[in-house]
Amino acid sequence: MKIIVLMKQVANKDAILRINKEETWIEEGDLSFEVNESDGYALEEALRIKEKTGSGEVVVCSMGPQRVKSAIKDALARGADRAIHVVGDNLQHLSPFAAATILAEAIRNEQADLVLTGLQSDDYGYAQTGVIMAELLGLPHATIVIEVDASGERLRVKRELESGWYQWYEMPRPALLTIQSGISQIRYATLKGIMAAKKKEIKEVTPSSDAATTRPSHQRIEKIYFPQKTKQTQFLGNGDAKRGAAELAEKLRTEARVI
Amino acid sequence: MSNGILVFTEHRAGALNKTSLEAIAAAQNLGSQLQQTVVAAVLGSNVNNLAQEIAQYDVSRVVYAENEKLADYTPDGYTDAMERIVRDLNPQLVVMPHTYLVRDFAPKLAARFGKGLISDLIRVRVEDGRATFTRRIFLGKIDADVVSDNDLPVFITFQSGAYRGDQATKGSGAQVETMNVEVGEIRMKPEAPFQEVKQAVDLTKADIIVAVGRGIKSKDNLALAEKLAEALGGDLAASRPICDAEWLPIDRQIGSSGQTVAPKLYIALGISGAIQHLVGMKNSGTIVAINKDPEAPIFDIADYGIVGDLFEAVPILTEEIKKLKG
Repeated sequence: MKIIVLMKQVANKDAILRINKEETWIEEGDLSFEVNESDGYALEEALRIKEKTGSGEVVVCSMGPQRVKSAIKDALARGADRAIHVVGDNLQHLSPFAAATILAEAIRNEQADLVLTGLQSDDYGYAQTGVIMAELLGLPHATIVIEVDASGERLRVKRELESGWYQWYEMPRPALLTIQSGISQIRYATLKGIMAAKKKEIKEVTPSSDAATTRPSHQRIEKIYFPQKTKQTQFLGNGDAKRGAAELAEKLRTEARVI
Repeated sequence: MSNGILVFTEHRAGALNKTSLEAIAAAQNLGSQLQQTVVAAVLGSNVNNLAQEIAQYDVSRVVYAENEKLADYTPDGYTDAMERIVRDLNPQLVVMPHTYLVRDFAPKLAARFGKGLISDLIRVRVEDGRATFTRRIFLGKIDADVVSDNDLPVFITFQSGAYRGDQATKGSGAQVETMNVEVGEIRMKPEAPFQEVKQAVDLTKADIIVAVGRGIKSKDNLALAEKLAEALGGDLAASRPICDAEWLPIDRQIGSSGQTVAPKLYIALGISGAIQHLVGMKNSGTIVAINKDPEAPIFDIADYGIVGDLFEAVPILTEEIKKLKG
C-alpha cells in the first residue's frame, strides 16, 4: 500500500511569539520550528499501517521554504521511505484552498492508496487543507480519525465526534483521512534510522504560478494582534513564582474563599 | 446578484444541536447589520418537525433539503445537498457552527466554489457594510482580522460560544420550503454513533480540580500536582496532550473531546489554554493559572495568575494550603 503523509512545519509550541512590523504575521527570523503535532501522528499511523500490511511505501510531502527540510529529514529518520518537498518562500501563507490546490498537484501522479494528514495546523488552524484536497483529488475522506483499520478490502475508520461520542465509517480506497492527535504513541528516530535517512530521496518540486495565486483575495489577513483580555487577571508574585504561590494561597482563602 | 444570509443548522437524529442556535443568532445579528434576510437550511430525511421548530426563529424562511440519503450524516451527502441550496439561493454569506460535523464537510462544500472557509470565528465587526472577521491563530495565542474582497459567497464558521444560543430571537413563524435535493453517490458508510465504556471518573461533580498540561513535562512530575490536589481535597485532571501521552487515563481529560466541568476552583498547571481545553472549563468559579508564558491564552480567563515556573510555585502552594487548612 502506498501512503502519502502531508506534514507541515510550524512554529515551536513553546516559542515566545512576536508580531512583525506589518502586523500581518509573526517574526520568524529567530523562531524555532517543529512538525505540526497532529501531522506527526499521521506519519506514525502511516508507518504502522505499512508495518501491519508488511509491504508498501510511505511518502512524506511537505511545503515551504528550505527550513522545511529538517521536518522532512526527521520524518525519513522515523521510517518514511522518501519525500516530496514543494519549495517556495511564502507558501505557508496561502489560503487553505490555494495550499490544497498546490499539494493536490504535487501528489496527484503518485496514485496513492491512502493520503493522511493531521486534523489541523497549530499555526493558522484552518482545519481544511486535507478535506479540500480530497475534493480536488476526487477521494472520499474522513476527518478527526482516531483509529484506522486498513486490513480489509474497504477501509474502516473510527471518527471522534463531540462530547465523548465516536462513529465508525467504512469507505473504499483510495481515500484521504485527517488524523487526530493521540491516535497512537509516536516513535522516536533511532540512530540507524537517522543514518538510513541520509540515503533517502527528497524530490523538490515548485508549484506552477497559477496554483500559487489561486484566489488570493477570498480571505486576506488585515492585521494580527494579541487578544484583549476578557477577565481582569490578578497576577501574583511579580515574576517570583514562589512568592506568587504564597500570595495565591492567601487569596484563595480570604478573597475567593474556596479553601 | 448575491443576496441574503444562509445559515446551516445541525442536528443529530432530528434533535437540534445547541450550536445551531448560536449560528442562527450569529446570522440574525449579521443580517441586521448588513441589512440582509436570513434563510435557514436543514438537511435530512423525515425531519419535518425539526424544520418547523427552526421556523419558529426569526428567519425569512426555512429550506428543508429532504432526501433519504441524508438520513445519516455523510460528507458526500451533505456537500451535494448544501451545494445545491447555495447555488439556488446565491447568498452573500453562508454561516455555519464550527462543529466536528461542519469541519468534516464544509471545506469540501467551499472547494466546489473554488475557495475555503473563513473558519472558527470568534467575532465579526461590520463597518460601512463591510465585515471584518476575527479568528484565533496559534492555538489561541493571537487574533487575526480577516476580510474577503468581493468574492461571494463567503463561507464562515463560528466557534462555539461566539454567540449565545439564547440570543437567537423567535419570529412569527417562517415558511418551510421543502426541497427535494439530488444527492450523488455516497461513498462512505456510517455505522451508529456510540460512547466508549462509561467513564470511571466523573469530574463534573468535583468541587476542586487541579489540571495539568504539557508544562508538567514528564509523567514523574504528576506527583507534584497530585499532592496539591490532595491538599485541596480535589481531583486531578489534564489537558489532551497529557492523555494522548497516556500519562493519565482519558477519563481525566478536560475539553471538547473530554469532560466539561465547572468546579468552584480550577487550577491549571502548565496549560497554555487552547480553545479545545477552554471550552471544557471556562465556566469554573475561580480559575487559577500557573504558566511560564505570559501570553498563554489561559491567562485571558484566569482570576489569578502566576507567571513563572510551576515546579517552584506548586510545592510552596501545597505547603501553604496545608498550613491554612491545618
